[in-house]
Amino acid sequence: MTAIAETPAPPEASALPRRRRRGRRWTGWLFVGPFIAVFALVFLAPIAYSVYLSVFRTQMVGGTKFVGLENYSRALQDAQFWDGLGRVSLFLVVQVPIMLGIALLVALAIDSGRLWGRSFFRVAVFMPYAVPAVVATLMWGFMYGTRFGLVANLNDAFGIDLPDPLSPGLVLASIGNIVTWEFVGYNMLIFYAALRVVPHSLYEAAAIDGAGEWRVITAIKLPAIRGALVVALIFSIIGSYQLFNEPTILQSLAPNAITTAFTPNLYAYSLSFSGQQYNYSATVAIIMGLVTMVVAYAVQLRGMRKEQ
Amino acid sequence: MSTRPRRALAGTAVAGLLALGLTACGGAEDQGPVDTASALEEGGEITVWAWEPTLEAVVADFEAKYPNVTVNLENVGTGNDQYTALQNAISAGDGVPDVAQIEYYAVPQFAISESLADLGPLGASDLEGTFSTGPWDSVHSGEGLYGLPMDSGPMALFYNQEVFDRLGVAVPTTWDEYLAAARAIHAADPNAYIANDIGDAGFATSMIWQAGGRPYQVDGTDVGVDFTDEGTKAFTAMWQQLIDEELLAPVGSWSDEWYQGLGSGTIASLTIGAWMPANLESGVPQGSGAWRVAEMPQWEAGAHATSENGGSSLAVPAASANSALAYAFTEYATTGEGAQTRVDGGAFPATTEQLESADFRGKEFEYFGGQKVNEILADSAANVVEGWQYLPFQVYANSVFNDTVGQAYVSGTTLDEGLAAWQEQCITYGSDQGFTMG
Repeated sequence: MTAIAETPAPPEASALPRRRRRGRRWTGWLFVGPFIAVFALVFLAPIAYSVYLSVFRTQMVGGTKFVGLENYSRALQDAQFWDGLGRVSLFLVVQVPIMLGIALLVALAIDSGRLWGRSFFRVAVFMPYAVPAVVATLMWGFMYGTRFGLVANLNDAFGIDLPDPLSPGLVLASIGNIVTWEFVGYNMLIFYAALRVVPHSLYEAAAIDGAGEWRVITAIKLPAIRGALVVALIFSIIGSYQLFNEPTILQSLAPNAITTAFTPNLYAYSLSFSGQQYNYSATVAIIMGLVTMVVAYAVQLRGMRKEQ
Repeated sequence: MSTRPRRALAGTAVAGLLALGLTACGGAEDQGPVDTASALEEGGEITVWAWEPTLEAVVADFEAKYPNVTVNLENVGTGNDQYTALQNAISAGDGVPDVAQIEYYAVPQFAISESLADLGPLGASDLEGTFSTGPWDSVHSGEGLYGLPMDSGPMALFYNQEVFDRLGVAVPTTWDEYLAAARAIHAADPNAYIANDIGDAGFATSMIWQAGGRPYQVDGTDVGVDFTDEGTKAFTAMWQQLIDEELLAPVGSWSDEWYQGLGSGTIASLTIGAWMPANLESGVPQGSGAWRVAEMPQWEAGAHATSENGGSSLAVPAASANSALAYAFTEYATTGEGAQTRVDGGAFPATTEQLESADFRGKEFEYFGGQKVNEILADSAANVVEGWQYLPFQVYANSVFNDTVGQAYVSGTTLDEGLAAWQEQCITYGSDQGFTMG
């Protein structure tokens, strides 16, 4: 629900020609009408409906009543919600830099032209992104198994005692590992595409000036792909706050380590589908949407300001 | 009634589905006398959500007997997984099955939210006396009758005789002996455990039930939760030692690892409901001949106290478009011919006719080395300790069991602390839902 929320308003409106306004006011609406209708139906209406839901409370005994902002004040004091938010925030500040760092390194390596088998690496690194998240998580879940999985095999083969990747202390890191594996290739492709459009004349000029490879990276390549970096970062922020698939699937393997409120999205899901608390669930979803929007927007503002 | 379309939309919006469920929810069905015979004659198609393995044979017989009827039997998950799917479908008002398997503990929750059809007017009120008392009580909620008992789950000890023999351990008859056997098994073979457990709400409540605990007191909308009584303490004191000494295989029930463990003998026993034989036969074929059944271990030597573990009904969701046909199938599958077919397939009945028949009690199970398993199980059904109640929101309660009590299996908290946290969360939820929590 929050994924599309950061889309900035398109600025084209001011650029429209201002001639021939009289008597033709509805022509424009005719053109945007289909879009507006679909947009309102599939995008605005669900959000409006969630907001509507969030100001009511439905009880098993007593039915539905209007409660105003009570659900919101409850959510803001809900320790489970804050724990979940804290967890995905920790995930964000640790996992995202690692993932984007690796993606950037790979993109620079492939772009450097010195890598043998460049297109093979590009495809190989991208491949995990083509694996559905559910399949990827199941696969990693089996590997993490300490009784029959890869971890068990390693323990047996080397006579060691590796810690359980699905124990409460490590499960977030294990999820981070899965997400990194899934999305390094995707981010690499964004960076690589941005690097490909840097004009070669800049490199030639740098070479004439005697710049080394490192200097070329810091002075030309990184500034040139700043926009792509900001975009990848914003996608990753949204992805982190929406963490759901991986913990949900691993939950059946580690039900004690991954609680029903492990991430805010999982909490909203549990509220709604195990507890039938649709109103409160909508509230949690809306608050998470707002938090995601604020953080993503702040990052965007900061990223763009430096550019200028 | 007015809350249903709203809830349907809630689910849709929250799940992020884009299509608005404006037409959601089948809405009001005409209530009136229903003629199941003509519904069967006329035929049609119904969808059944169930995980009980012997229903396959019932469906085949039913379709052969009533050629105009098509029954789609779908397994959408066991227990909570199915309830989530069912709740989703009911919320979305789309894809709701015509018949659903619902365990007894979950019936009140679906009934109180008006998700199930009252089967009384459809003909079920004539079936009084067909089923044994416990299960028949369990499908009633308030004034309504919300399902027909399909099986019952008086508990017993299912154990792998070969493992006990190989390791030279005696089969326990009391919980003290059980604890000693757990130590002996794991000491003799570090890969073997007496049982598996990573925190299972149904198992824990059944154990407390047998020990005489009565944590739930329900009277209409007055609900009490108290996990500090003596029965509860008896269970936690014993089970905590198994956890502390790491004598339980850290494997979730119904997982792939669980089936592997049962087959390979690393999980040596199960204290579980009487519906287990059919599941063992289908899920653990390599254990054939090795398994036996004994009375559930006792808290006092020489006593004969048991409890129910699971057991399910077949219910008809209120949103079913063909409730007459759905009810006809439900009645067929739970009584008479259908019940007999399921008993022949290894299921444990809730019908008095089958429970008391000499054929049933005397049946020798090849899987259990020719043992007359049903004698033990039927005796267990007669020895169930009376007076247990489930919460009217037990599905929710069970869904947060691992958040609270489950922590005792992975961290320093104890079962008692976990149960206290579970109790608190259930009280909070109950108050939120408008129950008077005491």
